[in-house]
Amino acid sequence: MANTSDTILTVENMSVEFPTLSGVTTAVRDVSFTVGREKIGIIGESGSGKSTSGRAIMRLQPPQAIVKASRMQFEDVDLMKASEEEMRSIRGRRIAMILQDPKYSLNPVMTVGEQISETVILHERATPQEARRRTLAMLERVNIRDPERVFDLYPHEVSGGMGQRIMLSMMLIAQPSLIIADEPTSALDVTVRQQVLSILDDLVVERNIGLIFISHDLNLVRSFCDRVIIMYAGRVVETIAAADLDQAQHPYTRGLLNALPSLDHPKDRLEVLRRDPAWLEN
Amino acid sequence: MSRSGTFSNLHNWLISEDFSSANQARCHKAYLAWLSLVANPLAFAGFAVVALLIVIAVFAPLIASHDPYAQDLMMALQAPSAAHWFGTDEFGRDVFARLIYGARTTLYITILVTVIVAPIGFVIGATAGYLGGWVDVVLMRITDIFLSFPSLVLALAFSAALGPGIENAVIAIALTVWPPIARLARAETLTFRHADFVIAAELQGAGTGRILLRHIVPLCAPSIVVRLTLNMSSIILTAAGLGFLGLGAQPPMAEWGAMAASGRQYLLDAWWLTTVPGIAILTVSLAFNLLGDGLRDIMDPRNG
Amino acid sequence: MSMIKAHHLAVSYGHGETALKVVKDVSFEVQKGETFGLVGESGCGKSTILGALAGRNKQWTGSIEIDGEAIGQKRTRAQLAKQQLVFQDPFGSIHPRHTIGRTLLEPLEIHGKDRRQERIEKVLTDVGLPLNFRYRYPHQLSGGQRQRVAIARALILEPKILLLDEPTSALDVSIQAEILNLLKDLRQREQLTYILVSHDLAVVAHLCDRIAIMQSGAFVEVATKQQLLENTVEHAYTRILMDGSRGYVPRRRKEAATVAAIS
Repeated sequence: MANTSDTILTVENMSVEFPTLSGVTTAVRDVSFTVGREKIGIIGESGSGKSTSGRAIMRLQPPQAIVKASRMQFEDVDLMKASEEEMRSIRGRRIAMILQDPKYSLNPVMTVGEQISETVILHERATPQEARRRTLAMLERVNIRDPERVFDLYPHEVSGGMGQRIMLSMMLIAQPSLIIADEPTSALDVTVRQQVLSILDDLVVERNIGLIFISHDLNLVRSFCDRVIIMYAGRVVETIAAADLDQAQHPYTRGLLNALPSLDHPKDRLEVLRRDPAWLEN
Repeated sequence: MSRSGTFSNLHNWLISEDFSSANQARCHKAYLAWLSLVANPLAFAGFAVVALLIVIAVFAPLIASHDPYAQDLMMALQAPSAAHWFGTDEFGRDVFARLIYGARTTLYITILVTVIVAPIGFVIGATAGYLGGWVDVVLMRITDIFLSFPSLVLALAFSAALGPGIENAVIAIALTVWPPIARLARAETLTFRHADFVIAAELQGAGTGRILLRHIVPLCAPSIVVRLTLNMSSIILTAAGLGFLGLGAQPPMAEWGAMAASGRQYLLDAWWLTTVPGIAILTVSLAFNLLGDGLRDIMDPRNG
Repeated sequence: MSMIKAHHLAVSYGHGETALKVVKDVSFEVQKGETFGLVGESGCGKSTILGALAGRNKQWTGSIEIDGEAIGQKRTRAQLAKQQLVFQDPFGSIHPRHTIGRTLLEPLEIHGKDRRQERIEKVLTDVGLPLNFRYRYPHQLSGGQRQRVAIARALILEPKILLLDEPTSALDVSIQAEILNLLKDLRQREQLTYILVSHDLAVVAHLCDRIAIMQSGAFVEVATKQQLLENTVEHAYTRILMDGSRGYVPRRRKEAATVAAIS
């Protein structure tokens, strides 16, 4: 783990296809990227295939979807060849996923504390008392002020921001080497978003792991991530360091940037994106 | 997929979403529903049987080879033969002809019950759901009272009180069928009650009547139609049950339930008297069930 | 001339003991042709104010004047037509079983307007949709197209005020730009007065002249667009929201900034 430049995930020429009544729809086409010990953002509009890509890495695509790739390597595991059993041991432990709504990731009939304790018991073979103590400590780590009260809450009783922090506290225990976050803060208010992101930031930096941050929010990805992948209609149109986003070359990226209203560069009229059919070639 | 030129043109016109008229939009919708009905073999089988039932009922005089009411005691209780396909009954009447004419009775009852029940159930349920408050409480308690009786017993009590006869049987059946429809309409209305498009109509000044008829009806209609289609089999069975008990259609009218009942005494000697109408009842109620299930897949907005 | 006057407006949900006061005593005026923004986090009462102005929330106290006319809790049809609401979710605000033409015809029927087809064609052109879209159903349209239909439905009664409830927050960035441009054009062409509710200060600053920042049912500050752009807002909470619309501010950098600001 000492080497910060080593690669955690390599994806080469990944495609995801959905058979439909009128032929095959390709949701993701020939996508290649690598993730090291860094925060990488995937940006795109709805239907760009960004979430589908994230799910395909976890092998969580819908059953009718067909995933093809010339290579999908996660650390020492070939994700193309891994059995469903191996995938189950990877999901949650070595690759973790955070979704927009934490309610779907938590068991609705178990209290939050029980679910975290379960992870502790599973990973650290701790006694129930020990697990409870560890759980409360983890809840405190993610800036939950009243861990004793939160421990006994059910998922529907916690707010969105609290739910995301609970998801993050589980990751502190499971210690995955890659986190895939799909719009983790889109449903949160600005102030809560800042808190959740800074916990996530600390988690990734301190543990020296990789993060794939899927979002539609350009400003957010630009300020949070190290590198940005821009997707359009299932293709990667550009990969660029977040700091250099202003110098982006691809007209689509430029169009997105110019379409955004900004406090720092006010414009009377926003530029409207002109979609070029040529972007769909290759 | 080889279609001749005209057909494929028609197909393309129907499938295209680039409409040039309201009629094309409507045809497009109907055509898509048709395509998904054809794609669902069980539902299509149900549809075919129901369509066949309607054709038989309409053209009964042409299809039936004998007069269903002509008695010929010389020919009583004849086994099925070339002359009498399904044999004859105790009065020598042709069972096949009576079966064909019985389709008319069955259809008459189901259509009449549906026509009475759908508006009543919808108006009561949707009004209760949309207005809420004490209106909801009063209307739903009335519905609960009707729901708390076993439906066949309630129908029996009513047709016994009103006197035997097919119209009275229809009224009695309708009384037992509307409460579930009202409950369904209320539940559906509640899900749309606070939808943005209903609020938008309210903020533009639409009154209660307009919102119920223009905005709520089109949304509740699919599930109510599905429910009614599924109910048709139980209407047929209740009608047959009433006929069997002598409270529905009166002799000499051809009605499947009454036919099965009158054949009961000759069950051992003339099996065809009960079996043939029995199979007819089974087939038609199964067909309505299959069609209803298929319609749910096609029409339910949650699947669209 | 002021188009909207709200004086000591308070809005609550529920009755008696359990009544929840969502908006506590706000007062503001919006001039004709002006765009007034309401910004805040979820639950701050910004949409509730909009609902009270639109006639959706009826449990309010204080006084509301629209176009010089005092408004009561119950409104006449003519009063309802003066302001129209555009909803956040373009997928839920249009009747799924009505064609677009039917959706646009509905308000004309309610208000007994004449030249109906002509009006529908004009309003579709105004919002930049092809005329044959009137035969389509909402599920055949994209999110941006649906939001245009929602704006068309609001405009067809020729209102003086549009109440915009997060009109672009469910849309993609490129579609958001199109809708914001459309709203700017319409405001100029039809001389409309807007109230825009949003959580995104950049969107509000783009469209509004004055912006009220709300927190738990009250205004913390009413800032001008100039103040936002020049970063001379007064309240700390406004600054937090401004940071939010710029993206993520790492804690280390933020701490450094606070230290610099204090010293």
